[in-house]
Amino acid sequence: MSRAGGQTIVYENPPVIAAHRGVAGRKEGQGPLAEWFDAILEDDLLGQKSWELAESEMVRRCARDTLDAAGLSAGGVDAVLGGDLNNQIIATTFAAKKLGAPFLGLYGACSTFVEALTLGAALISGGDLRNALCCASSHFCTAERQFRFPLELGTQRPPQASWTATACGCALLSGGGHGIQVTSGTLGRVIDLNITDANHMGAAMAPAVFDTLTAHLTDTRQSADDYDLIVTGDLGWIGRDLLLQLCRKAGVDMPADKLVDCGASLYSQAQDPHAGGSGCGCVASVSCSWIMKRIESGELSRVLLSGSGAMLSPTSSQQGQSIPGICYAVSLEGE
Amino acid sequence: MSRQPYTAGQYQHLVSRVTPSSRMLVGYVRAFWVGGAICALGQLISAWAETLKLGEVTNPMFTTSVLILIGTTLTGLGVYDRIGKYAGAGSAIPVTGFANSVAAPAIEFQREGAITGVGARLFTLAGPVLAYGIASSVLVGVIYWALRGWLL
Amino acid sequence: METIMPFLKAFVVGGLICCVGQALIMNTKLTNARILVLFVVSGVFLTALGLYKPLVDFAGAGATVPLTGFGYSLAMGAIEGVNRYGLIGAFVGGVTRTAAGITAAVVFGLINALLFKPHMKT
Repeated sequence: MSRAGGQTIVYENPPVIAAHRGVAGRKEGQGPLAEWFDAILEDDLLGQKSWELAESEMVRRCARDTLDAAGLSAGGVDAVLGGDLNNQIIATTFAAKKLGAPFLGLYGACSTFVEALTLGAALISGGDLRNALCCASSHFCTAERQFRFPLELGTQRPPQASWTATACGCALLSGGGHGIQVTSGTLGRVIDLNITDANHMGAAMAPAVFDTLTAHLTDTRQSADDYDLIVTGDLGWIGRDLLLQLCRKAGVDMPADKLVDCGASLYSQAQDPHAGGSGCGCVASVSCSWIMKRIESGELSRVLLSGSGAMLSPTSSQQGQSIPGICYAVSLEGE
Repeated sequence: MSRQPYTAGQYQHLVSRVTPSSRMLVGYVRAFWVGGAICALGQLISAWAETLKLGEVTNPMFTTSVLILIGTTLTGLGVYDRIGKYAGAGSAIPVTGFANSVAAPAIEFQREGAITGVGARLFTLAGPVLAYGIASSVLVGVIYWALRGWLL
Repeated sequence: METIMPFLKAFVVGGLICCVGQALIMNTKLTNARILVLFVVSGVFLTALGLYKPLVDFAGAGATVPLTGFGYSLAMGAIEGVNRYGLIGAFVGGVTRTAAGITAAVVFGLINALLFKPHMKT
């Protein structure tokens, strides 16, 4: 494995994405990306007793379908890497219990999926794992009751609030075979520019995304022109705008038509998501369906996929702390 | 080493410039007519209570209780959160909103059980209202007691 | 006209009080819980200063149904309590006068939890 610059790993033996699945909830399944998802949930409770168990079941089904697509059984998986937004990442842990495969639980808020790809690719490239199942999920109802209010409470959301997506994405990284290559990964630093509004996650994360994207481009001596698409995970419309402004001010070339945000693409304005989609499942499901399918079809050949997380907890925000952001990025290349 | 082109202060200024504000006039109109309508409904219930020969003390109690019943039932039916999204303070400030703030967590936290779920969470939002409302009324009572002789 | 007037007064005054709350929601970062507390406590102190009673006399439910009205009942109760029982009345009056509302919220809230299930926001 070779390092490049301060934060980037260039994988010596780039793993491939052998299989991938993106699952979406009902509201997400009525949005502009509906035709791209591999499955759309009929019912947000999935026949379970609680929202948390429903989210866990969504992860289990998505993981199982990904393994089926790769022709692998759970016994053949060297590690499951993933997480979600629940306290102690229970949705993913409970799904991993049912899968029975070795498990590495990760928490990076909405950056979790890309964090898992970065780490999984390193472990495979280094020869320590043969394969790794990377996954992340979120559920509107579990996130809402943990971070905000009971669902039945009559409150108004401000325009900058985002809508937590009910969605899950799984990608199976493999040390050999055919598929999209993961060629490099950039680790993020925790960046905090003192945003305290817990509704305004796009604003809290945009500086972290800026930091990681510029680190990646500097470390690998590339510019935005070297990529067909630069994907950000869950900045939303306002956050995407802020990122563009940061790039402009810093003199970093970032063409607006190349910058696509998963949260800003998941819903239409008519669905009233305010600032756009958020949650670990948003970037995971959108990249596992919309982005990866377009790379495989040859429409895109090099994509920089980043995922960013707002690392707040109900405790930190009640105690008045500002919201630290983090962002990871991986470069994906078609065959 | 920081790559950030803005200091925290400059960035916060940029954020507030880029963030759209709520549509003000629409917000007030909705809060006004929904809030007003709930109060007019209260007046109607109070008029109905008069025909039931309820007294000056029991009439407001009856009115409040009926409004609270309406508030909790609409919460359970999943209607009150939609009214709240539309009307904002128009449905949060009337006593039906107080009922909503009691009933919503009670429904949401059923799965955490009857004691630590429903029982404890019932007061997550209403608790502060009762605590500071009651405490300030006691303060007013004590001050009134102390000054009563001097006032009269 | 005579019969409509009380409803019209309640509508206008109640609507205006809600607009004050809406101004706080849209222009400040105050959470809903803080705004509700602010309304109740304001109701208590406005009543103590003798400013809220005239509004209740004028607008009826328009002044009693908003949460400031809950504060009004608490303060009126505490004052009546002192008149009847002396100092201990300050501890008795407020809750006595608002007991029906508080109990209704608790009991109907519990019944709600028995009857209904949580559902997805649409």
